[in-house]
Amino acid sequence: MKAKGTVHKYGDDVNTDVIIPARYLNTSSHQELAAHCMEDIDKDFVKRVQPGDIVVAGKNFGCGSSREHAPIALKAAGVSCVIAPTFARIFYRNSINIGLPILECPDAAQAIEAGHTVTLDFDTGLITDESTGESFQAQPFPPFIQNIVEKGGLLESITK
Amino acid sequence: MAMTMTQKILAAAAGLPSVEAGQLIEAELDMVLGNDITSPVAINEFERCGADSVFDKGKIALVLDHFSPNKDIKAAQQCKQTREFANKYDILNFFDVGQMGIEHALLPEKGLVGPGSCVIGADSHTCTYGALGAFSTGVGSTDMAAAMITGKAWFKVPSAIQVVLTGRPTGFVSGKDVILHLIGEIGVDGALYQSLEFCGEGVAALSMDDRFTIANMAIEAGAKNGIFPVDEKTLAYCEGRYQGEVKVFQPDPDAVYERTVTIDLGALKPTVSMPHLPENTRTIGEVADVKIDQSVIGSCTNGRISDMRVAAEILKGKKVAKGVRCIVIPATQEVYLQCVKEGLVEIFIEAGAVFSTPTCGPCLGGYMGILAEGERAVSTTNRNFVGRMGHPESEVVLASPAVAAASAVTGYLTDPAAL
Repeated sequence: MKAKGTVHKYGDDVNTDVIIPARYLNTSSHQELAAHCMEDIDKDFVKRVQPGDIVVAGKNFGCGSSREHAPIALKAAGVSCVIAPTFARIFYRNSINIGLPILECPDAAQAIEAGHTVTLDFDTGLITDESTGESFQAQPFPPFIQNIVEKGGLLESITK
Repeated sequence: MAMTMTQKILAAAAGLPSVEAGQLIEAELDMVLGNDITSPVAINEFERCGADSVFDKGKIALVLDHFSPNKDIKAAQQCKQTREFANKYDILNFFDVGQMGIEHALLPEKGLVGPGSCVIGADSHTCTYGALGAFSTGVGSTDMAAAMITGKAWFKVPSAIQVVLTGRPTGFVSGKDVILHLIGEIGVDGALYQSLEFCGEGVAALSMDDRFTIANMAIEAGAKNGIFPVDEKTLAYCEGRYQGEVKVFQPDPDAVYERTVTIDLGALKPTVSMPHLPENTRTIGEVADVKIDQSVIGSCTNGRISDMRVAAEILKGKKVAKGVRCIVIPATQEVYLQCVKEGLVEIFIEAGAVFSTPTCGPCLGGYMGILAEGERAVSTTNRNFVGRMGHPESEVVLASPAVAAASAVTGYLTDPAAL
């Protein structure tokens, strides 16, 4: 599985309250959630984001609430992958469970700038910054996680 | 292989003689929890994959606490969806308006979790039950859906940080000050993927309510769970409440910890977390002239009876400062009723505070106390992220009930001892 997109970059400790503010948690509609994704730290994110785009951020991405609405909002907004040095554990688990690929890679998270074009190979964990030609190696997913992500989520991987 | 307390509970839940950090296991669950925000997503998943039964109708708890009593039409729809699911599958521990309280105060109070339990909940503060010597951790809605079907969840066995508590807290120092201090020391990702295992002679000096507050905010240090040893206070709390088998686990004397942090409870001072991260801590003496517009006393962190008592002790015979809204929210109906019986409600109302039925409402910017642009609240809740309680340009300062009550009286962040 591969992905390619433009990078949106954020700092450390991006929490689930800013990924999707709780005032929008009165719905579980993926499209409604996507319409408010990141709005408290980046008002124009939903206007700029294109299908396949990639979020690159600092440490502890997704800290805070267990709301699965956060990875759902990112995925439904079109984000194909989040790259960070570390992820908060509930967000990590939720992302895989709903089929949003995430990669832990401190070097890539530091070096890749906003607006760069990046290609990803989830089978090998290879991250390539097409704008600079630089490549980075993240730990690839083990096969059972790859299977979940390819099927689109945990329950899809069980039922299909 | 020597094990931590958490590892021993996970080994037992997985039916294994021992486990080690990093090992992937599948554990049998004693309780699966969801609320009115996370359950609808789980129910959608449950139905989408064609499930037609739950693993055990007595081991699922559904609590309508976040946006309930319904804050708007969409919230009403989500509560209705959860209610209909609970009725369809005859979920025994379904708590609607009238019985419901804030889930993490309610489940221990109702005796649904106890020492040695293995619990997941689709809410990050599920780690609260570690106060009882249980393994409990927050997950997402998909994990909740799968667990409602199978009664199981997979875990990566965590390593642990040992937190040694010494001494006794003095003055108005409470469990909230202990956990804010710890988060300030190790940071919001200081315990990422790890357990926080509390131990030491200082544990005995902490009430159960203090321990619930401390375990509740383990997640704010990134921890998978926070856990306390089981002692006489734990057993006394469970007496007459917990119906399950009390299973007492102790860490092996030679258990391996990633590191040890020691906290002298006697040296702690009332502590606050300034915007916009819980790790941004100061002692109350280090902040000056910080004006507040609102004081919130309640939540899964600090809505228990001892929290209400200390707030009432400070507000008794005093008035909330002009221009400050003071909102007091007991966590459960039992706490509410106790406040009525002890005359605390009268104290709050005479002081000029409002006293609400249980809800998570303001903590996550849902309702019952949303902040406008430029406003600042002192709050006994657990997160002070950007926009957490309302407008993205508003601010939240996290504090104990004593500090929140004292600040309500003066209109500025205030040391309760200085009133």
